Amino acid sequence: MKNLIDDGRPIFVQIAERIEDDIIEGGLPEETQVPSTNQFAVFYKINPATAAKGVNLLVDEGILYKKRGIGMFVAKGARSMVIEKRKEQFFEQYVITMIREAERLGITTDQLTDMIQRGDKKR
Amino acid sequence: MKNVIEVKQLDKSYGTFKAVHNTSFSVQADKIYGLLGRNGAGKTTLMKLITAQIFPTSGDMKVFGENPYENAKVLSQICFIKESQKYPDLYNILDVLEVSKSIFPNWDVNFSMSLIKDFNLPLNRRIKKLSRGMLSAVGIVIGLASRAPLTIFDEPYLGLDAVSRGIFYDRLMEDYAEHPRTVILSTHLIDEVSNLLEHILVMDNGKLIIDQDAEELRDWAFTVTGQTSKVEAFLIGKEIVHREPFGGLLSATVIRSQNDTDRKQAAAIGLEISPVSLQQLVIHLTNGKSEQKGAIAK
Repeated sequence: MKNLIDDGRPIFVQIAERIEDDIIEGGLPEETQVPSTNQFAVFYKINPATAAKGVNLLVDEGILYKKRGIGMFVAKGARSMVIEKRKEQFFEQYVITMIREAERLGITTDQLTDMIQRGDKKR
Repeated sequence: MKNVIEVKQLDKSYGTFKAVHNTSFSVQADKIYGLLGRNGAGKTTLMKLITAQIFPTSGDMKVFGENPYENAKVLSQICFIKESQKYPDLYNILDVLEVSKSIFPNWDVNFSMSLIKDFNLPLNRRIKKLSRGMLSAVGIVIGLASRAPLTIFDEPYLGLDAVSRGIFYDRLMEDYAEHPRTVILSTHLIDEVSNLLEHILVMDNGKLIIDQDAEELRDWAFTVTGQTSKVEAFLIGKEIVHREPFGGLLSATVIRSQNDTDRKQAAAIGLEISPVSLQQLVIHLTNGKSEQKGAIAK
Protein backbone atom coordinates (compact mmCIF):
# COMPACT_ATOMS: atom_id res chain seq x y z
CA MET A 1 0.00 0.00 0.00
CA LYS A 2 1.30 3.44 -0.86
CA ASN A 3 2.11 5.82 1.91
CA LEU A 4 -1.13 7.65 2.54
CA ILE A 5 0.28 10.06 5.06
CA ASP A 6 3.24 12.25 4.16
CA ASP A 7 5.81 13.42 6.62
CA GLY A 8 5.56 17.11 5.99
CA ARG A 9 2.49 18.34 7.81
CA PRO A 10 0.60 17.45 10.96
CA ILE A 11 -1.26 14.16 10.45
CA PHE A 12 -4.56 15.48 11.81
CA VAL A 13 -4.55 18.22 9.15
CA GLN A 14 -4.02 15.58 6.48
CA ILE A 15 -6.91 13.50 7.83
CA ALA A 16 -9.17 16.56 7.71
CA GLU A 17 -8.07 17.20 4.10
CA ARG A 18 -8.85 13.61 3.08
CA ILE A 19 -12.37 13.98 4.43
CA GLU A 20 -12.70 17.33 2.64
CA ASP A 21 -11.52 15.73 -0.63
CA ASP A 22 -14.20 13.07 -0.28
CA ILE A 23 -16.82 15.75 0.33
CA ILE A 24 -15.71 17.71 -2.79
CA GLU A 25 -15.63 14.64 -5.02
CA GLY A 26 -18.99 13.37 -3.81
CA GLY A 27 -17.72 10.27 -2.00
CA LEU A 28 -19.25 11.68 1.15
CA PRO A 29 -22.55 13.43 0.24
CA GLU A 30 -24.22 15.75 2.74
CA GLU A 31 -26.00 14.01 5.63
CA THR A 32 -23.97 10.80 5.25
CA GLN A 33 -21.99 9.29 8.07
CA VAL A 34 -18.21 9.72 8.21
CA PRO A 35 -16.08 6.71 9.28
CA SER A 36 -15.35 6.55 13.01
CA THR A 37 -12.03 7.71 14.41
CA ASN A 38 -11.14 4.09 15.13
CA GLN A 39 -11.77 3.19 11.50
CA PHE A 40 -9.50 6.04 10.41
CA ALA A 41 -6.85 4.90 12.88
CA VAL A 42 -6.85 1.31 11.63
CA PHE A 43 -6.98 2.26 7.94
CA TYR A 44 -4.26 4.91 7.97
CA LYS A 45 -2.26 3.23 10.78
CA ILE A 46 -2.31 6.31 12.95
CA ASN A 47 -3.16 6.97 16.57
CA PRO A 48 -6.94 7.28 17.18
CA ALA A 49 -6.36 10.49 19.14
CA THR A 50 -4.78 12.02 16.04
CA ALA A 51 -7.69 10.90 13.87
CA ALA A 52 -10.13 12.41 16.38
CA LYS A 53 -8.23 15.69 16.24
CA GLY A 54 -8.63 15.80 12.44
CA VAL A 55 -12.36 15.06 12.63
CA ASN A 56 -12.86 17.67 15.36
CA LEU A 57 -11.14 20.28 13.21
CA LEU A 58 -13.98 19.87 10.70
CA VAL A 59 -16.61 19.84 13.45
CA ASP A 60 -15.29 23.22 14.67
CA GLU A 61 -15.60 24.58 11.14
CA GLY A 62 -19.19 23.33 10.83
CA ILE A 63 -18.33 20.94 7.99
CA LEU A 64 -19.15 17.87 10.09
CA TYR A 65 -21.60 17.55 12.95
CA LYS A 66 -22.08 15.05 15.70
CA LYS A 67 -25.21 12.96 16.17
CA ARG A 68 -25.04 11.83 19.75
CA GLY A 69 -24.54 8.12 20.17
CA ILE A 70 -24.35 7.53 16.42
CA GLY A 71 -21.32 9.32 15.01
CA MET A 72 -20.17 12.13 12.74
CA PHE A 73 -22.13 13.31 9.72
CA VAL A 74 -21.49 15.67 6.82
CA ALA A 75 -23.34 18.96 7.43
CA LYS A 76 -25.74 20.65 5.01
CA GLY A 77 -23.83 23.07 2.81
CA ALA A 78 -20.53 21.38 3.68
CA ARG A 79 -19.46 21.01 0.07
CA SER A 80 -19.68 24.72 -0.76
CA MET A 81 -17.94 25.57 2.54
CA VAL A 82 -15.05 23.26 1.69
CA ILE A 83 -14.79 24.62 -1.84
CA GLU A 84 -14.65 28.22 -0.57
CA LYS A 85 -11.94 27.26 1.88
CA ARG A 86 -9.96 25.48 -0.83
CA LYS A 87 -10.20 28.50 -3.15
CA GLU A 88 -8.48 30.63 -0.54
CA GLN A 89 -5.82 27.97 -0.05
CA PHE A 90 -5.41 27.73 -3.82
CA PHE A 91 -4.41 31.39 -3.96
CA GLU A 92 -1.81 30.97 -1.22
CA GLN A 93 -0.47 27.59 -2.27
CA TYR A 94 -0.41 27.87 -6.06
CA VAL A 95 -0.81 31.47 -7.24
CA ILE A 96 1.60 33.12 -4.80
CA THR A 97 4.15 30.31 -5.23
CA MET A 98 3.86 30.56 -9.01
CA ILE A 99 4.35 34.33 -9.04
CA ARG A 100 7.38 34.00 -6.81
CA GLU A 101 9.02 31.40 -9.07
CA ALA A 102 8.11 33.46 -12.18
CA GLU A 103 9.83 36.46 -10.64
CA ARG A 104 12.95 34.40 -10.01
CA LEU A 105 13.05 33.30 -13.64
CA GLY A 106 12.35 36.81 -14.99
CA ILE A 107 8.88 35.97 -16.38
CA THR A 108 6.70 39.06 -16.65
CA THR A 109 3.06 39.18 -15.57
CA ASP A 110 1.98 39.38 -19.27
CA GLN A 111 4.03 36.32 -20.17
CA LEU A 112 2.55 34.52 -17.19
CA THR A 113 -1.00 35.33 -18.30
CA ASP A 114 -0.10 34.04 -21.78
CA MET A 115 1.20 30.82 -20.32
CA ILE A 116 -2.00 30.28 -18.34
CA GLN A 117 -4.09 30.75 -21.50
CA ARG A 118 -1.87 28.38 -23.45
CA GLY A 119 -2.17 25.82 -20.63
CA ASP A 120 -5.93 26.17 -20.65
CA LYS A 121 -6.11 25.38 -24.42
CA LYS A 122 -3.91 22.31 -24.05
CA ARG A 123 -6.11 20.84 -21.36
CA MET B 1 -6.53 12.81 32.69
CA LYS B 2 -5.38 10.10 35.08
CA ASN B 3 -1.67 9.39 35.37
CA VAL B 4 -0.64 5.75 35.21
CA ILE B 5 3.00 6.45 36.00
CA GLU B 6 4.45 9.33 38.00
CA VAL B 7 8.19 9.57 38.34
CA LYS B 8 10.02 12.31 40.23
CA GLN B 9 13.77 12.88 40.21
CA LEU B 10 14.51 9.25 39.66
CA ASP B 11 18.15 8.14 39.79
CA LYS B 12 19.67 4.74 39.14
CA SER B 13 23.43 4.43 39.50
CA TYR B 14 25.73 1.50 39.04
CA GLY B 15 28.85 2.58 40.94
CA THR B 16 29.75 5.93 39.41
CA PHE B 17 27.74 5.26 36.25
CA LYS B 18 24.38 6.97 36.19
CA ALA B 19 22.11 4.84 34.03
CA VAL B 20 19.09 7.04 34.76
CA HIS B 21 19.73 10.53 36.04
CA ASN B 22 17.32 13.00 37.65
CA THR B 23 14.40 11.88 35.51
CA SER B 24 10.87 13.20 36.09
CA PHE B 25 7.85 12.54 33.93
CA SER B 26 4.35 11.17 33.98
CA VAL B 27 2.49 8.79 31.70
CA GLN B 28 -1.22 9.39 31.10
CA ALA B 29 -3.78 6.61 30.89
CA ASP B 30 -4.78 5.11 27.54
CA LYS B 31 -2.13 6.72 25.37
CA ILE B 32 0.55 5.11 23.24
CA TYR B 33 4.01 6.34 24.24
CA GLY B 34 7.24 5.97 22.29
CA LEU B 35 10.38 5.64 24.40
CA LEU B 36 13.26 6.40 22.06
CA GLY B 37 17.01 6.85 22.27
CA ARG B 38 20.32 5.26 21.40
CA ASN B 39 21.75 2.03 22.80
CA GLY B 40 22.78 2.53 26.41
CA ALA B 41 20.71 5.70 26.80
CA GLY B 42 18.90 4.22 29.82
CA LYS B 43 15.61 3.14 28.25
CA THR B 44 15.66 -0.45 29.46
CA THR B 45 16.82 0.62 32.94
CA LEU B 46 13.90 3.03 33.12
CA MET B 47 11.44 0.31 32.08
CA LYS B 48 12.88 -2.10 34.63
CA LEU B 49 12.44 0.55 37.32
CA ILE B 50 8.82 1.17 36.33
CA THR B 51 8.08 -2.55 36.40
CA ALA B 52 9.78 -2.95 39.80
CA GLN B 53 12.46 -5.33 38.57
CA ILE B 54 15.26 -3.18 39.98
CA PHE B 55 15.38 -0.62 42.79
CA PRO B 56 16.05 3.07 42.18
CA THR B 57 19.06 4.67 43.86
CA SER B 58 16.91 7.64 44.78
CA GLY B 59 13.74 9.40 43.71
CA ASP B 60 10.04 8.87 43.87
CA MET B 61 7.92 6.61 41.71
CA LYS B 62 4.23 5.72 41.60
CA VAL B 63 2.58 3.26 39.25
CA PHE B 64 -1.24 3.21 39.29
CA GLY B 65 -0.93 5.58 42.24
CA GLU B 66 1.10 3.17 44.39
CA ASN B 67 4.61 2.02 45.05
CA PRO B 68 5.05 -0.93 42.61
CA TYR B 69 7.58 -2.96 44.63
CA GLU B 70 6.18 -6.35 45.59
CA ASN B 71 2.76 -4.87 45.06
CA ALA B 72 0.63 -7.57 43.44
CA LYS B 73 -2.25 -5.18 42.82
CA VAL B 74 -0.02 -2.97 40.68
CA LEU B 75 2.08 -5.66 39.03
CA SER B 76 -0.92 -7.70 37.88
CA GLN B 77 -1.87 -4.71 35.71
CA ILE B 78 1.50 -4.59 33.96
CA CYS B 79 2.74 -6.66 31.05
CA PHE B 80 6.41 -6.12 30.21
CA ILE B 81 7.76 -7.77 27.04
CA LYS B 82 11.54 -7.64 27.08
CA GLU B 83 13.92 -7.64 24.17
CA SER B 84 15.11 -11.19 24.85
CA GLN B 85 12.30 -12.64 26.88
CA LYS B 86 13.25 -16.00 28.41
CA TYR B 87 10.81 -18.89 28.68
CA PRO B 88 11.42 -22.35 30.13
CA ASP B 89 13.13 -24.39 27.38
CA LEU B 90 10.92 -27.42 27.84
CA TYR B 91 7.66 -25.50 27.45
CA ASN B 92 5.92 -25.42 24.11
CA ILE B 93 4.06 -22.33 22.91
CA LEU B 94 0.74 -23.61 24.24
CA ASP B 95 2.27 -23.99 27.74
CA VAL B 96 3.52 -20.41 27.60
CA LEU B 97 0.05 -19.20 26.64
CA GLU B 98 -1.57 -21.23 29.46
CA VAL B 99 0.75 -19.68 32.05
CA SER B 100 0.16 -16.19 30.61
CA LYS B 101 -3.58 -16.75 30.86
CA SER B 102 -3.23 -17.44 34.58
CA ILE B 103 -1.07 -14.35 35.16
CA PHE B 104 -3.01 -11.67 33.29
CA PRO B 105 -6.59 -10.98 34.44
CA ASN B 106 -7.66 -9.49 31.08
CA TRP B 107 -6.21 -12.31 28.95
CA ASP B 108 -8.30 -12.96 25.82
CA VAL B 109 -7.99 -16.59 24.64
CA ASN B 110 -9.66 -16.01 21.26
CA PHE B 111 -7.47 -13.02 20.53
CA SER B 112 -4.33 -14.97 21.46
CA MET B 113 -5.31 -17.81 19.12
CA SER B 114 -6.02 -15.48 16.21
CA LEU B 115 -2.60 -13.85 16.78
CA ILE B 116 -0.93 -17.27 16.80
CA LYS B 117 -2.50 -17.86 13.38
CA ASP B 118 -1.47 -14.40 12.12
CA PHE B 119 2.15 -15.05 13.01
CA ASN B 120 2.09 -18.69 11.80
CA LEU B 121 3.32 -20.00 15.14
CA PRO B 122 3.43 -23.78 15.75
CA LEU B 123 1.56 -24.26 19.04
CA ASN B 124 3.17 -27.58 19.95
CA ARG B 125 6.77 -26.71 19.19
CA ARG B 126 9.13 -26.37 22.13
CA ILE B 127 10.51 -22.94 22.95
CA LYS B 128 14.12 -23.99 22.42
CA LYS B 129 13.30 -25.15 18.88
CA LEU B 130 11.88 -21.78 17.86
CA SER B 131 13.73 -19.33 15.64
CA ARG B 132 14.66 -15.91 17.02
CA GLY B 133 11.86 -14.26 15.05
CA MET B 134 9.29 -16.80 16.29
CA LEU B 135 10.36 -16.17 19.89
CA SER B 136 9.83 -12.45 19.36
CA ALA B 137 6.40 -13.19 17.88
CA VAL B 138 5.48 -15.20 21.00
CA GLY B 139 6.35 -12.13 23.10
CA ILE B 140 4.17 -9.93 20.92
CA VAL B 141 1.23 -12.36 21.19
CA ILE B 142 1.51 -12.25 24.99
CA GLY B 143 1.89 -8.46 25.05
CA LEU B 144 -1.22 -7.96 22.94
CA ALA B 145 -3.48 -10.72 24.29
CA SER B 146 -2.75 -9.79 27.93
CA ARG B 147 -4.60 -6.49 27.37
CA ALA B 148 -2.79 -5.26 30.48
CA PRO B 149 -3.72 -1.69 31.49
CA LEU B 150 -0.01 -0.90 31.20
CA THR B 151 1.72 -2.79 28.39
CA ILE B 152 5.41 -2.21 27.78
CA PHE B 153 7.26 -3.46 24.71
CA ASP B 154 11.04 -3.12 24.89
CA GLU B 155 12.37 -3.55 21.34
CA PRO B 156 10.05 -6.54 20.92
CA TYR B 157 11.01 -7.60 17.43
CA LEU B 158 14.53 -8.95 17.30
CA GLY B 159 14.70 -11.17 14.20
CA LEU B 160 11.13 -10.40 13.22
CA ASP B 161 10.61 -9.88 9.47
CA ALA B 162 8.94 -6.81 7.95
CA VAL B 163 5.67 -8.68 7.25
CA SER B 164 5.36 -9.77 10.88
CA ARG B 165 6.20 -6.27 12.14
CA GLY B 166 3.42 -4.96 9.91
CA ILE B 167 1.01 -7.50 11.44
CA PHE B 168 2.10 -6.36 14.91
CA TYR B 169 1.34 -2.70 14.15
CA ASP B 170 -2.03 -3.57 12.53
CA ARG B 171 -3.20 -5.77 15.41
CA LEU B 172 -1.95 -3.28 17.99
CA MET B 173 -3.92 -0.40 16.46
CA GLU B 174 -7.07 -2.48 15.91
CA ASP B 175 -7.08 -3.83 19.43
CA TYR B 176 -6.06 -0.54 21.02
CA ALA B 177 -8.97 1.16 19.25
CA GLU B 178 -11.38 -1.38 20.78
CA HIS B 179 -9.67 -1.70 24.14
CA PRO B 180 -7.77 1.49 24.95
CA ARG B 181 -4.86 1.01 27.34
CA THR B 182 -1.51 2.54 28.12
CA VAL B 183 1.24 1.28 25.85
CA ILE B 184 4.94 2.12 26.03
CA LEU B 185 6.84 1.09 22.93
CA SER B 186 10.62 1.29 22.92
CA THR B 187 12.19 0.83 19.52
CA HIS B 188 14.93 1.86 17.14
CA LEU B 189 12.66 1.48 14.10
CA ILE B 190 11.26 4.95 14.63
CA ASP B 191 10.00 5.55 11.08
CA GLU B 192 7.84 2.43 11.26
CA VAL B 193 5.99 3.44 14.41
CA SER B 194 6.05 7.24 14.40
CA ASN B 195 2.43 7.60 13.21
CA LEU B 196 1.15 5.23 15.90
CA LEU B 197 2.57 7.19 18.81
CA GLU B 198 0.68 9.86 20.69
CA HIS B 199 3.47 10.99 22.97
CA ILE B 200 7.25 10.86 22.62
CA LEU B 201 9.89 10.36 25.30
CA VAL B 202 13.52 10.58 24.22
CA MET B 203 16.39 9.54 26.48
CA ASP B 204 20.02 10.43 26.00
CA ASN B 205 22.88 9.58 28.38
CA GLY B 206 20.50 8.67 31.20
CA LYS B 207 18.48 11.85 30.91
CA LEU B 208 15.04 12.47 29.50
CA ILE B 209 15.60 15.14 26.85
CA ILE B 210 12.19 15.14 25.14
CA ASP B 211 8.76 14.66 26.75
CA GLN B 212 6.25 15.95 24.23
CA ASP B 213 3.06 15.32 22.31
CA ALA B 214 3.90 13.62 18.99
CA GLU B 215 1.95 16.10 16.86
CA GLU B 216 3.59 19.07 18.55
CA LEU B 217 7.00 17.51 18.08
CA ARG B 218 6.27 16.94 14.41
CA ASP B 219 5.38 20.57 13.97
CA TRP B 220 8.31 21.72 16.02
CA ALA B 221 11.24 21.10 13.72
CA PHE B 222 12.09 21.69 10.07
CA THR B 223 15.08 21.87 7.76
CA VAL B 224 15.82 25.05 5.85
CA THR B 225 18.03 25.06 2.75
CA GLY B 226 19.33 27.89 0.55
CA GLN B 227 22.21 30.28 -0.09
CA THR B 228 24.51 30.24 2.92
CA SER B 229 24.22 33.98 3.66
CA LYS B 230 20.42 33.95 3.48
CA VAL B 231 20.16 30.84 5.67
CA GLU B 232 22.59 32.31 8.22
CA ALA B 233 20.51 35.49 8.41
CA PHE B 234 17.34 33.45 8.90
CA LEU B 235 18.90 31.32 11.64
CA ILE B 236 19.78 34.18 13.99
CA GLY B 237 18.16 33.60 17.35
CA LYS B 238 16.96 30.10 16.49
CA GLU B 239 17.88 26.79 18.06
CA ILE B 240 19.83 24.69 15.57
CA VAL B 241 20.49 20.97 15.96
CA HIS B 242 22.16 20.18 12.66
CA ARG B 243 24.02 22.02 9.90
CA GLU B 244 25.26 20.72 6.60
CA PRO B 245 27.13 23.02 4.19
CA PHE B 246 27.14 21.98 0.54
CA GLY B 247 28.99 24.22 -1.93
CA GLY B 248 27.46 27.67 -1.61
CA LEU B 249 24.40 26.21 0.07
CA LEU B 250 23.61 25.55 3.69
CA SER B 251 21.05 23.19 5.09
CA ALA B 252 20.15 23.57 8.76
CA THR B 253 17.66 21.87 11.05
CA VAL B 254 15.83 24.14 13.47
CA ILE B 255 13.88 23.08 16.55
CA ARG B 256 11.45 24.78 18.94
CA SER B 257 10.38 27.17 16.21
CA GLN B 258 7.26 29.27 15.74
CA ASN B 259 6.59 27.05 12.83
CA ASP B 260 3.98 28.97 10.88
CA THR B 261 5.55 32.42 10.98
CA ASP B 262 9.06 31.03 10.51
CA ARG B 263 7.98 29.02 7.51
CA LYS B 264 6.33 31.99 5.84
CA GLN B 265 9.36 34.16 6.55
CA ALA B 266 11.71 31.58 5.06
CA ALA B 267 9.55 31.09 1.97
CA ALA B 268 9.37 34.86 1.44
CA ILE B 269 13.16 35.13 1.16
CA GLY B 270 13.35 32.14 -1.17
CA LEU B 271 14.54 29.45 1.22
CA GLU B 272 13.38 25.90 0.85
CA ILE B 273 11.65 24.34 3.84
CA SER B 274 11.48 20.60 4.28
CA PRO B 275 10.05 18.44 7.04
CA VAL B 276 12.13 16.48 9.52
CA SER B 277 10.97 12.98 10.33
CA LEU B 278 10.84 11.86 13.93
CA GLN B 279 13.71 9.50 13.19
CA GLN B 280 15.93 12.26 11.79
CA LEU B 281 15.04 14.49 14.69
CA VAL B 282 15.99 11.84 17.25
CA ILE B 283 19.26 11.23 15.38
CA HIS B 284 20.09 14.94 15.45
CA LEU B 285 19.15 15.32 19.11
CA THR B 286 21.01 12.28 20.39
CA ASN B 287 24.05 12.45 18.13
CA GLY B 288 26.81 13.70 20.43
CA LYS B 289 28.34 15.67 17.58
CA SER B 290 25.39 17.96 16.98
CA GLU B 291 26.28 20.42 19.72
CA GLN B 292 29.77 20.70 18.33
CA LYS B 293 28.40 21.41 14.87
CA GLY B 294 26.15 24.10 16.28
CA ALA B 295 29.08 25.63 18.10
CA ILE B 296 31.30 25.97 15.01
CA ALA B 297 28.94 28.44 13.36
CA LYS B 298 28.15 31.70 15.08
